[in-house]
Formats: sequence, structure tokens, C-alpha cells
Amino acid sequence: MLLIRCPWCSEREQTEFSYHGEAHIARPATPMDQTDEQWGDYLFFRSNTRGPHRERWLHAAGCRRWFNLLRDTATGQILAVYRPDEPAPAATAG
Amino acid sequence: MHKHSVLDLLRHGLAHNRTWPRMWRTPEPKPEYDAVIVGGGGHGLATAYYLAKEHGIRNVAVLEKGWLGGGNTARNTTIIRSNYLQDSSAALYDFSIRLWEGLSAELGFNVMFSQRGVIHLAHSIHDLQEIQRRGNAIHLNGVDSEFLDPARIRRMLPLMNLDCRFPVLGALHQRRGGVARHDAVAWGFARAADAHGVDIIQRCEVLGFRIRGGTVTGVETTRGFIGARVVGCAAAAASGVLANMAGFRLPLETSPLQAFVSEPVRPFLHHVVMSNAIHLYVSQSSKGELVMGAGSDPYVSYAQRGSFDQVELAVRALLELFPSLSRLRFMRQWAGNCDITADRSPIISSTPVRNLFVNCGWGTGGFKATPASGFVFAHCLAHGTPHPLAEPFGMDRFHSGALIDEGAAATVAH
Repeated sequence: MLLIRCPWCSEREQTEFSYHGEAHIARPATPMDQTDEQWGDYLFFRSNTRGPHRERWLHAAGCRRWFNLLRDTATGQILAVYRPDEPAPAATAG
Repeated sequence: MHKHSVLDLLRHGLAHNRTWPRMWRTPEPKPEYDAVIVGGGGHGLATAYYLAKEHGIRNVAVLEKGWLGGGNTARNTTIIRSNYLQDSSAALYDFSIRLWEGLSAELGFNVMFSQRGVIHLAHSIHDLQEIQRRGNAIHLNGVDSEFLDPARIRRMLPLMNLDCRFPVLGALHQRRGGVARHDAVAWGFARAADAHGVDIIQRCEVLGFRIRGGTVTGVETTRGFIGARVVGCAAAAASGVLANMAGFRLPLETSPLQAFVSEPVRPFLHHVVMSNAIHLYVSQSSKGELVMGAGSDPYVSYAQRGSFDQVELAVRALLELFPSLSRLRFMRQWAGNCDITADRSPIISSTPVRNLFVNCGWGTGGFKATPASGFVFAHCLAHGTPHPLAEPFGMDRFHSGALIDEGAAATVAH
């Protein structure tokens, strides 16, 4: 289990948070022009990185605000926490 | 393949069991094979076995980075059933049960397949309606499923508390379902594959693929380059890592799922009991231990260890149904990394790289499919085209939209 420092409030147990998958996947700007391949890639294909992984979290049972983690998926170590309005840190942050 | 006999037992028994031959060789890798299978778990070993037996392709290597059957094959709760909702799932998983039914005899090795029945509980009116809809669909697909009313459940599971917080109102029963001995499955397939001439190479990690003009020609490993006419990846949670090496992505994510084993107690639980609503699946092993599991961690992780909150949830669910077990002690706890797809169905598919195939995405329920998975994947490697049973499970379904949605219908929410 993770101990997560919410950038909007404070450090809390992971059970207060909900996980929402890989971060920085932009919805296509022109949905009508997308091919089936592009839609499939957007919806279902993920990097599933073993190592530093950027991901979205919601402090669901807390301040109810969104933020991002850079977390090593092999060790569980949280390398960086950043708000959606902050730039994504390098994969080696921490 | 050497067939065990009573005479063998006697002879080796009198020699204090020190004279049993090794079940498979430990060969040096050859420079080239007709087929290389990446992943020495149940699925990879079964693929190698059926390649040799069904297709006569014996110049095959199985590469395993750790030890044989040390991944998810040994990290599951060994439940076998085929009561899936969708037609293509029912066909594949039921074919698997039919293979399980003859597997010990076929491999000459006791995989201890025990068809003790799988009972899936309904805890609400909605659950009842859902199991009736699913039970009928399953029945129409030629797979056995029966409804049980509370009185019948009480007789079958006398220690279970039906009047828990979410009372048990009914259940769906698959009699042909059950459990098998996980290690024996890996060992049995390994022994049989080896007898057909398959090289099983342990402690040999794949570091990359050699790809020429869009066609794979072999794999780079910790023990040097190994050439291959065709490469099949049956690497479960490592599939995504392998795909990245080959330059493509897979529509799946990896999360650890935990299981637990209790101290052994007298036999009291004959069936496998599963509950979606309070989220538990539990059976009692032949040794008397309770084998149980619950939810997977809700985030991507390759840690191969699960979280404490999931342990608490699983134990809470167990005590809800079996309050008399409150003083039972757990002996072991472990986690396996599950490769989970969006529709909770596997991927048995060609890839953007020619002659490179993947068999993955079995998620939290791949053990039950071990023989069928190997059978259809062997066909895929031998012919370059999918086996009819595996056709709907291609990766292209994530682009065409023809998903095989077992997310809510696979008995336990994955």
C-alpha cells in the first residue's frame, strides 16, 4: 500500500485515493477525423511501463482534487507528485 | 515418454526415492530453433507440448528468465471453470475443461484435477437476476450450470453463514468446475514437452528481439542470441515489457493480485465458493488448507506483492461468510502480476512484427485455461493463423470494437 502526499492537502493513505490510469493521454482534438486504429489506440493501448510511470490520481475520499504521480511501478516508490497545471517532471525525478 | 507404473513406485520406493530420473533435461541453447517460446509457465510449456504433439514441431525452445512455473502458474488459486457469458469465451474455456478432464492420463502425470464444483453466490435481487440470465446463456452454450436455492446451499455448505450482511439468496453451480495442483501442471507439461524433444532453458532472460525488415529472426538473451523461425510470447505480466522491446504496445495493464493459504484444518469445504458482491473466492486444498484470493491492487504495478488493504478486505469477506473461521491462521501470502485487458479477455494474436505472436492478457484467471491456451497458441505458431477457437481473441478487436466483454460477467469482478 502506498502513502501518497496529495499536492493539494496532505500525506494520506492510498485507500483515500482512486487511480485513473496513465497520465497525459490527450483526447483527440478532432474526434470525427479519427480512424478506428487511432480510436482503439486512444482508448485501450497503454505504455504499461515497468519503471517510472506517470499516472492520474484523485483524492476521492479527501479533498476531491486531481493530481499526477511519477511512480516506479517495479518498486512502488513515488518519485514525484505534481498538479495538473504543473509541467511533468523528468522520468528520473526524485 | 516414460510411463510411471506400480513397479516403478516399488523399485524407487525401496531405493528411498533417490533413484527417480530427472523429469526434464537442462540443455544448452542451440543457435537456432523452429520455434522459440518466451515464458516457461503453464501456458508456455503447454504451447511447446502441443506444438510437438499436435503439429510435429519438436525443434522448440522454451525460454524462462526465472525458474519453471515460478510466476503466475504458482501464484494463483487454481480455480478451473468455464461458466463465462460470451459465446467465444464459453467455447474456449469449456474446451479447456475437456482437456483438463483427460490431462493426467495424457501427460502421464497426476495434475490432481478435482471436479468438486464451483458455486457462485448471489447476494441481492440483482445478483439473482444476473445469475439466471448468465446461467441460461451458459446452458445454451452447452456448458453445465445449475441454480441452487438457499435450502440446497445450506445442505451443501453447512458452515457457511447465509444470513450475513448481504444474505445469500441463491447460487449458480458448475459441477464440472474445480481445482488442480498448480505445480504439477507446470511439471507435467514440462516433462511431456521434454520427452518430445523440446529444450526447456531456465534462467535465460530475453533482452530483445532481432527484427529484419519487419520479421523477427530470433531473440537476444542473457545466454546469447537464439535464432527462431517463429517466436511466441506467453509471458503474462512481462508481455508489455516484451512488446516494448519489439516496438509496439499492447492493450493491457499490469496489476498484482494476492492470494493466501491458511493452516490446514479438517475437511469442511468441499466446493469452490465464489462471491462477487462481497468479493471472495475460496476452496480447501487436499492438504486441508484454505486457499483464497480477492481483489487486485487498483493501480499499475510489477511489484509482485500486494497491498495490506486488500488483505483486510479478503479476510473481512471470508469472515462474513464463515464466521467460525475467525481464529484460523494464515500461513502464506503472495501476489502474482496480472496482465489485464479492458474487456477482461485474453489476447491470442499476431503482432505488427511478422512471425512474432503473443498469448497474454489472461489477467486474473489464466490458470483454468492453461491446456486450451497452449493448444490454440501452438496452432497459431505452427500455421501462422489463429485456431478457430482463438480467432475472436485477436488484438485487432481493440480497433474493430468487437470486444469480448467478460468484465462484469466473469463471476468475480476482476
